Amino acid sequence: MITLLLIFFPLVAALLLLMVKGEQVKKIALGAAVVEFIISIAAVAQFRHNADTQFVFNMPWIKSLGISFHVGMDGISLLLVLLTTFLVPVIILTSFRKAYKNPTAFYSLILAMQFALIGVFVSLDGFLFYVFWELALIPIYFICLLWGGEDRARITFKFFVYTLAGSLLMLAGLIYLYQNSAAHTFDIANLYAAGQNMDVLHQGYVFWAMFMAFAIKMPVFPFHTWQPDTYTTAPTQGTMMLSGIMLKMGVYGVIRWLLPLAPLGVEHWAHLAITLAVIGIVYTSCIAIVQKDFKRLIAYSSIAHVGLIAAGILAGNVQGVQGAMIQMISHGVNVVGLFFIVDMLQSRLGTRDISSMGGIRNLNPQFAVLFLIVLLGSVALPLTNGFIGEFLLINGVYQYNAWLAAFAGLTVILGAVYMLRSYQSIMLGETNAVTAVFPPLEGYEKAVLVIICAAIIVFGVYPKPLLDIAEPSVIKLVDSFRAATGK
Amino acid sequence: MTALILLSALGVIALLAEIFSFKKLLYPVVILGLITTFVLNLVDWNTDKLWYGMMRYDNFAVAFSSVLIGITTLWFIMAENFFKEESSLTDHFALILFALVGGIVMVSYTNMTMLFLGIEILSIPMYVLAASKKEDVSSNEAGFKYLILGAFSTGFLLFGIALIYGSTASFDLPVIADFITSHNGAVPGMFYIGILLILVAMVFKVSAVPFHFWAPDVYQGAPTSVTAFMATIVKTAAFAAFLRLFASTFAGAGSVWIDVLWVIAALTLLVGNITAVVQTSTKRMLAYSSIAHAGYMLLALIALNSFTQSSVLFYSLAYSIGSIASFGVLGIVATSRGNDTTDAFNGLAKTNPLLAVAMTVALLSLAGIPPTAGFFAKYYIFTAAFASGYGWLVLIAILASLIGVYYYFRIIIAMFFKESTEAAIEVTANHKLLFILTIVLTIALGLFPDFIIRLL
Repeated sequence: MITLLLIFFPLVAALLLLMVKGEQVKKIALGAAVVEFIISIAAVAQFRHNADTQFVFNMPWIKSLGISFHVGMDGISLLLVLLTTFLVPVIILTSFRKAYKNPTAFYSLILAMQFALIGVFVSLDGFLFYVFWELALIPIYFICLLWGGEDRARITFKFFVYTLAGSLLMLAGLIYLYQNSAAHTFDIANLYAAGQNMDVLHQGYVFWAMFMAFAIKMPVFPFHTWQPDTYTTAPTQGTMMLSGIMLKMGVYGVIRWLLPLAPLGVEHWAHLAITLAVIGIVYTSCIAIVQKDFKRLIAYSSIAHVGLIAAGILAGNVQGVQGAMIQMISHGVNVVGLFFIVDMLQSRLGTRDISSMGGIRNLNPQFAVLFLIVLLGSVALPLTNGFIGEFLLINGVYQYNAWLAAFAGLTVILGAVYMLRSYQSIMLGETNAVTAVFPPLEGYEKAVLVIICAAIIVFGVYPKPLLDIAEPSVIKLVDSFRAATGK
Repeated sequence: MTALILLSALGVIALLAEIFSFKKLLYPVVILGLITTFVLNLVDWNTDKLWYGMMRYDNFAVAFSSVLIGITTLWFIMAENFFKEESSLTDHFALILFALVGGIVMVSYTNMTMLFLGIEILSIPMYVLAASKKEDVSSNEAGFKYLILGAFSTGFLLFGIALIYGSTASFDLPVIADFITSHNGAVPGMFYIGILLILVAMVFKVSAVPFHFWAPDVYQGAPTSVTAFMATIVKTAAFAAFLRLFASTFAGAGSVWIDVLWVIAALTLLVGNITAVVQTSTKRMLAYSSIAHAGYMLLALIALNSFTQSSVLFYSLAYSIGSIASFGVLGIVATSRGNDTTDAFNGLAKTNPLLAVAMTVALLSLAGIPPTAGFFAKYYIFTAAFASGYGWLVLIAILASLIGVYYYFRIIIAMFFKESTEAAIEVTANHKLLFILTIVLTIALGLFPDFIIRLL
């Protein structure tokens, strides 16, 4: 039942929020998101640390087509639910001084999106998964369209069509599996069986249909062209939702659906897919180095990070998948922090141009320290949360192919290059005309950054609680993947 | 059958209203009559009665006629202004009701003569209605074009029926079906030509490519309310008639027409959607989108399996509700802002949130985005096509849907994103009710489609 509560509480909150007018809507939305976080903590407390799917709720939905409302959480799902419920209140908090026009609609859409995201992470029915997957797209489309920056109509539209194209291919893949299944239901176990019974060729079809959807969502090179524009144009909170949580839908899709559905297909095509991901890592890191717009730089760095996650999962070993789980959490936290810092800089200085800034450290050492911690988490310094994930991921890719791992490992070096360089340019040196005045941090800004920095350090030093939640499920998943591919 | 009698009676009452001058009461009387008919029509469920070997009121007929009557009721609410126009005499009520009678015949015939009669009863009022803006040149043009081309396609239909009659010596559908099974593949060439000629006529009626050229001109020229009627009720009836003939009677001779039909379906999907993209007039864009939607429904017919009937039923219902809402909003916006380009919708979300939301839900449904009815309709059609091994046609349909998103979203973007200085539009209480109804129905059908798809 707690799963149902987790899914529907944000929806109910979003609908109730529509009746509230004025400024207090922020506080109510924040309250709702905090309550949702507490519910998810309760779920963690009740969670038994084994590989079983727990908190299952199963009810027929469209009986004649074998579609049911089947939800539940294993460790993998729970960790992502936790990420979502943790980030949404933080994201709402980051907007506390923003004066968005029509705030009621804005916060309702954020909560509605949370509803769909949670649904994606807990669905155990292919059709239900697809519906939530698409549902998540509508709120973010309107968030970007209504509150985005320049040229948003064209850019958000490109984003929408791009992801919709992937989704429809996934739908075709799911229908194909459904037609070839024994029981003609969309139940996850039935679809798994149907997929695993196919030969390499047909699993290859399933692989590409589903992989396209996930690769576009993450995004993996060369399906990433929508991402930098969309991240740059979207309002800060929209960018945070997109990069912090929504791209995890794609990663989660690979873990939950792609690996078990088409193990032979994955094995057959993994080399190509990992190579694409690694090309993406190097290519987007290089582009990030030459970016002047800080928001755009982080957008590109996000492609590099998620490329490594994709490569690690597709390598198909425990280190890779476990690393992906940790890195998803870390990346989610760090990227929200980074985009918040971008937003703080922009609201204070009126620009995101790195080269025009300088010397902020002298004006506000407190900010400089917090920024540095977030940044170090992002470049995966040991004892920050980014380190464990990247280490495990590169380890996983290394077991698959040493050369690919060597190139994937460049992400750490290149990441340090562009992040430290931009830190240097923004914070160090002398102040200039642009940075002459830098208002002190406000309470809510400190709160957000402290929460994020605490998460970065705590999970960098002691990641065991998080690792423990997902580990049994990850091992089970990888074992069955290896059994199916005969390794 | 109950529905047929009641609707005919209602039509006659509408004609008599002129004489006894209770025109003012007619609108509520007709709506009440339609609701009563809708309810009494359901009494025939599971009776499966054959009327004089001419009409068979099976569950297929009951389900489709319920959709027709239900959508007509919504249409009457939508078209309330159409009946207030000066050119509108009582005969508009009667014409619509008689067209609906034709539709009922088309969903329940079991004899070729009844098919012909049904199509004619439906079409003749439509010719008149298309031209009902008497002082408007383009309306007259629409009516005239529709008449000429409609008559031409009727010629094809009659020629086809004659050839079938020539080979089987019967108009009866069961006899014709027996004829196919007893010959087992070796039916005379005349029979095949007959099937293909009837196919052309039916494809014309559902406005599929390459017999679609009349549709954009007629849809654009006719008054918006009449266009909405043509895009919903006429199309649904034509598809039901199409199914009744091809999905059952001619199913045995599928090898003749399925190959032709999938080419038509693929062309319809692509041409309809691609041409819709370049339209500046929203009404014309919706006309092309309506052509494209025929392509999706044809997929179900090609699949020719147990999903065919229920998927067309669900699709036509979802599509009709979406069309009623979108044409309704279009009519209101175009009248008050003087044109029907995309720009006319600028800033509608600010001035008239209800209209904007209703339009958005309708367009999302037409584009096939969850959780709307249109998504499930598309999904169900895709499943049907996949089940019969037409996976590559599904891929074409997916590509077509993506193109569709482009032109539907142009209006959504205009409503929510573009600024406008126009004042808010006055919306009557009836229209508000209608739009709330379409929003609720679209989402309810998307979330709980099981009830409908289990009917057939």
